[in-house]
Amino acid sequence: MKRTTLPLLAFGALFALMATGLTLKPREVPSPLIGKAAPAFTLALLDAPGRTLSAQDLRGKVWLLNVWASWCVACRLEHPLVLEAAQAGTVPIYGLNYKDQPADAQRWLERFGNPYVASLSDREGLVGIDFGVYGVPETFVIDKQGVIRHKVIGPLTPETLRDTVMPLLRKLDG
Amino acid sequence: MASRAAVILTLACVACTVGAVEAPPLAADPLLEARVLEVAGELRCLVCQNETLAASQSGLAADLRKQIAQQLQAGRSPAQIRDYMVERYGDFVLYRPPFQATTALLWLGPFALLVGALVFLLRTLARRSRSAVPAALSADERRRVRRLLDNEEASSP
Repeated sequence: MKRTTLPLLAFGALFALMATGLTLKPREVPSPLIGKAAPAFTLALLDAPGRTLSAQDLRGKVWLLNVWASWCVACRLEHPLVLEAAQAGTVPIYGLNYKDQPADAQRWLERFGNPYVASLSDREGLVGIDFGVYGVPETFVIDKQGVIRHKVIGPLTPETLRDTVMPLLRKLDG
Repeated sequence: MASRAAVILTLACVACTVGAVEAPPLAADPLLEARVLEVAGELRCLVCQNETLAASQSGLAADLRKQIAQQLQAGRSPAQIRDYMVERYGDFVLYRPPFQATTALLWLGPFALLVGALVFLLRTLARRSRSAVPAALSADERRRVRRLLDNEEASSP
């Protein structure tokens, strides 16, 4: 009895450790920017390159920043959801067109629909770096004070929208 | 038959080289490039998570190497550049994470395991040497041994 207890306990502990490991998502690295002010940026608009938009212009409202690109396959996957959320009108969605050719991006929006109030053209990906973007698509929830409250890494799903993003938006708007 | 194989092989090789693109130099200055790679070698690429920024082929890694080069040229120190990366991507980018409450197990775990294994080893050895000490023979046993030995001598030619 005593001879088997210790190995069994050790096995149980190892099993528990590895089982927990399987539930983690190592590709989703928590962003250190959550709870901090969104990085300052001033970028040209995709559809009107002469005009720019800065982080300062968006103060006072809750908004979503959706990082997308025409070369990004997963963006196409989440796109219907983004469109749906935009049509529901709960929150203004701004696009960060990440490392893309403006012509390609325009064509992509024409083909799949444009959910964005405006898309910012980040051709060099420098604003993307400031936001710690490493896997497009990504979506940031930014509050009235310009603080990043949440970040979704990878394509949005109906579940993340319903269970995480929407409740947070209601809380921030209230 | 053999010639056909040769043709296929040649085509396959050509196909490989067509896809391969020469890595663009990070900087015209080889000294700067060496410094960039030194800093990048200590940072993890977030796209392909088990590669360093120096080794990764991803677009983001190339952009970040460019950032490192520009910042080194601007006179920033490797420590400042590491801070710049941590601000954006978190401690995860560091191949040498700082010692904190959350990383204590990571830093101390191997030593704890080593100490535990040593304690286990010493205890096992002590137990074994204790049980290996032969008990003194009783008078009865002594007689039996004597008898057996005598028998052996008697039966041997």
